[in-house]
Amino acid sequence: MAERTIAWKPRGENQIIGTEVLRIDGVEKASGTAKYSADINTQGTLYCKLLTCKHAHAKVTKLDTEPAKGVKGVKAVHIFRDVDSEIEWDGTLIAAVAAETQDAAQDGVNAIVVEYEVLPHFVDEDDLEAAKEAGRTTEPRSSTQGNVEAALKDAKAKVEGYYGIHTITHCCLEPHGSHCEFEDDNLIAHLSTQNVSGTPGQFAGPLGLDASKVTVVCDYIGGGFGSKFAADEWGLAAAKMAKETGRPVRLMLDRATELKTAGNRPSGFARVTIAANADGNIIAWDSEHWGTNGPQGGTVDVNQYPYVFDFENRNRAAIGIKTNAGPQRAWRAPNHPQLCAMTQTAMDDLAAELGMDSLDFFLKNLGHTAKADVYKAELERAAELIGWKDKWHAHGKGEKRRGKARGLGLGLHRWGGRAHAASCTVRIEPDGSVSSNAGSQDIGTGTRTVIAIVLAETFGLPVEAIKVNIGSSTLPQSGPSGGSTTVGGVSGPNRRAALEALWKIFDLVAAKYKVDAATLSAHGGKILSNGEKAVCTWKQAASLTGPMGLEVQGKGPENDGLTSDGVGGVQMAEVEVDLETGVVRMIKMVAVQDCGLIIDLKTAKSQVEGAMIQGIAYALTEERIMDNQTGRFINADLENYKLPRIGDVGELVAEMYQPDSEYARGVIGLGEPPVICCGAAISNAVANATGVRVSVLPMTPKRVLDALKKGGQA
Amino acid sequence: MTVNFQYARPETEAEAVELLMETGGDAAILAGGTDLPYLLQADLLKPQRVVDVKRIPSLREIRPDETGGMLVGANVTLEDARSSPLLAGYSSLLHAIDGVRAIQIQQNGTIGGDLCHLPNCWYFRNGYGLLGMENGKSLAAAGDSRYHAILGNTGPAKFVSASRFAPALIAWDAEVRIVGPSAGDAEFLPLEFFYQTPRTAKQGVTVLQPGQLITHVRLPHPADLLSANYDAQELNGLDWPLAAAACTLQIDAGVVRAARIVMGHVAPIPWLSTEAARAIIGHPVTEATASAAAEAAIARATPLAHNEYKVQIARAAVKRTLLRATGQWEEA
Repeated sequence: MAERTIAWKPRGENQIIGTEVLRIDGVEKASGTAKYSADINTQGTLYCKLLTCKHAHAKVTKLDTEPAKGVKGVKAVHIFRDVDSEIEWDGTLIAAVAAETQDAAQDGVNAIVVEYEVLPHFVDEDDLEAAKEAGRTTEPRSSTQGNVEAALKDAKAKVEGYYGIHTITHCCLEPHGSHCEFEDDNLIAHLSTQNVSGTPGQFAGPLGLDASKVTVVCDYIGGGFGSKFAADEWGLAAAKMAKETGRPVRLMLDRATELKTAGNRPSGFARVTIAANADGNIIAWDSEHWGTNGPQGGTVDVNQYPYVFDFENRNRAAIGIKTNAGPQRAWRAPNHPQLCAMTQTAMDDLAAELGMDSLDFFLKNLGHTAKADVYKAELERAAELIGWKDKWHAHGKGEKRRGKARGLGLGLHRWGGRAHAASCTVRIEPDGSVSSNAGSQDIGTGTRTVIAIVLAETFGLPVEAIKVNIGSSTLPQSGPSGGSTTVGGVSGPNRRAALEALWKIFDLVAAKYKVDAATLSAHGGKILSNGEKAVCTWKQAASLTGPMGLEVQGKGPENDGLTSDGVGGVQMAEVEVDLETGVVRMIKMVAVQDCGLIIDLKTAKSQVEGAMIQGIAYALTEERIMDNQTGRFINADLENYKLPRIGDVGELVAEMYQPDSEYARGVIGLGEPPVICCGAAISNAVANATGVRVSVLPMTPKRVLDALKKGGQA
Repeated sequence: MTVNFQYARPETEAEAVELLMETGGDAAILAGGTDLPYLLQADLLKPQRVVDVKRIPSLREIRPDETGGMLVGANVTLEDARSSPLLAGYSSLLHAIDGVRAIQIQQNGTIGGDLCHLPNCWYFRNGYGLLGMENGKSLAAAGDSRYHAILGNTGPAKFVSASRFAPALIAWDAEVRIVGPSAGDAEFLPLEFFYQTPRTAKQGVTVLQPGQLITHVRLPHPADLLSANYDAQELNGLDWPLAAAACTLQIDAGVVRAARIVMGHVAPIPWLSTEAARAIIGHPVTEATASAAAEAAIARATPLAHNEYKVQIARAAVKRTLLRATGQWEEA
């Protein structure tokens, strides 16, 4: 109260921060009144259909779009790749047709004459030898520290294993796309984006427009996960066709194209040797991994492997494979889920080799991490929540009932989550109403709700009293939602601006009511003196700001402690494996997650729960399947690209780790970390249930049964 | 919809036959609409006419017939079938309906539509024809066959029959009533003989000729037969079984006297296993005898490069359907 320093309130004084607050836009989203890009349907809107290449590798030898232009209702045709273009993956865009109706657009697409020279393809992601033979590998990268060879000689226990994780896509519920419309010379693009402030310039250059004439709007987005930072070639196509026709144009990717061409998370496969001494301390790591991120031929980042843990004696090498498969995009915690799965499964196998309880083994080795104390506390809490001590048995040694066996597994992760650069304008009107304005977006983090909470807490008002305007590039610049940066990104600037505004109001109240400004606080819609005596109402105070009200800009991040970075987090899974069918059923999943100061406990837990579901998906069923014969992404639909249904999820427990030491760290982003270690935790649980390692994720019935057969336990 | 087509909505079976025949058989039948729109949009079917049979009253009925059996209209939805007291004695059918899990499909999907469902083989669905061929070679034979056939797959057809009800219905010795192609044509055919394994892309997955449609399924009186269906499925929601098995059993003094055991999603047709039936007849159903029957059911399996695991799943499905029919297996 007294000192005017930028800070969060002492924890005990918060009325709203840290409590469970419902999303302020939840009703709109749940009831369908929220408008997404695909809902924008201004008068005269043209619809688009896409022509994509069905070959994995080919050259365009003929492309005649004239017949499409002759189709009734067709207004524009856009060519993405003309004659002589090399096509490097199935689903590559060739042309788009805009027409009065979707049917006319499709008729137009069908009328296009396209011919290809088909070239040899390579889509095998996990066969390193075949890739080498085909000349499809990229320059290996490796590094070494300590002396692995010597350490291996001293080792008490050693495991040599093969571990992998297949490519998955982002599979956004709302596909990529936009509705583009010109008003005079100004482009208004309703773009499904996680980068509202950053995308106008991407339209401007290619369209020959001044960036000042482009407005990007994204009130709501149906998932991004790292794949929606760009205007993309299909966004530019919509804008160009809108310009050409003078009509609004809407172009959303169809589901197959969305899966094939709008990004994916690269695969990783590893041969690992890991060894420990007699007391279970890991003393050596030796790995070689490979995988693909598409035609470019990159693989999972070698510099972060092994993951979370690092060991004194460590060799690591990586080699990328160039495949005729769609190119990668950032996927929720890029590199981390793959690295985690390829590290902590090997560690778990080593624990089994030593005959140790996996939890004891991980606890024992926390010294090889950067956050041993936090992980220890989180592991102990997670173990209580899942009943580890009561349920634990050695791998494969549990009770089997009617061909089914249960098991426990764990994993842990780390992430940064530093606030992105952002600004905002906080306005207090003379009537006491309050708004915040920022060119930010909500990809699921609860951006609007978080901003409303920060202002409501600061001004002593209810959350409903705050109007939050985000989702337009005309608003003050705000960073892209990537890297778990948004909640920190928006809460810092809003807190700063709000405090500054509040102090100005305190000064006005002090002058008017003859009280000492240093004694004032805002609480329950009133301005209080010394924390108890009501001086005036919030409205009376706001009216002192004059006819224009008060407007304050906020910026961030600053080094004032409102935000910081660096989180851990642990998860434990309990599964039941049907040893006769290979089906893995989730019984329970527990996450204990730190993330500094929590603004909204509900949306924080919701992030963790959503991440666990996404983790269950890639651990058990979700996988891009590239067919060697045709070179095509053969399951680019929502039928054979298998996402869990609600009955597949089991019980989820998300607990935020929040001692006062966490509160003191300020706000840290949370979007990514909880999706990272699900794969490792679930794989380890399956190993615990069955006594065999299902080496590659997702652990489909096929892989489980094949592993059991190989392990001699089928 | 990419190709324009005529839309026809008959109100009687006779009108339906006429509307189908007018096109020389170049017509598709629309029932619950859970798959046809997709097939049309993906250009996998390009019929001159779509005949919507949803408004034909006789196709919605469930009624006892003169033999004491039950006539079930082809357009009866899964939900209607589940809630009909007349079908309560056919446990295996109810198991199959529950196995679909997705409320939307249960509400809209029909028995007839399920019986005629085209394969979900991804080569077919990606435009390589019913047999999934490229340059005269079977793609599934050398390609990704994880969801393909493990029995009856030595010919060009490698896909699996998509029907979720045929195994249970064949186990019940059900018949289908087929009308057309001429006005007044109507016959009952055992469902067992309704399916065929195509040797060429022009042959279909059933014996239906152009101008024919199924109007009813006839089930015998359930008498004292026990029945069950077991779907081994990856997802606990909308998903296709990796293998399924259905059975009907006549048990006398604790011993199986008669049995029909049919596997689904393992072959291009529903796979009636006389070997499995022979193995269980004369024995009580126990974990051991059910396992022996399951072993007999898959003894002649010929898995492809990537689907040996399905043999094990089919084995489990047969064992569990026998246990389930005799009250020894509860599905969660």
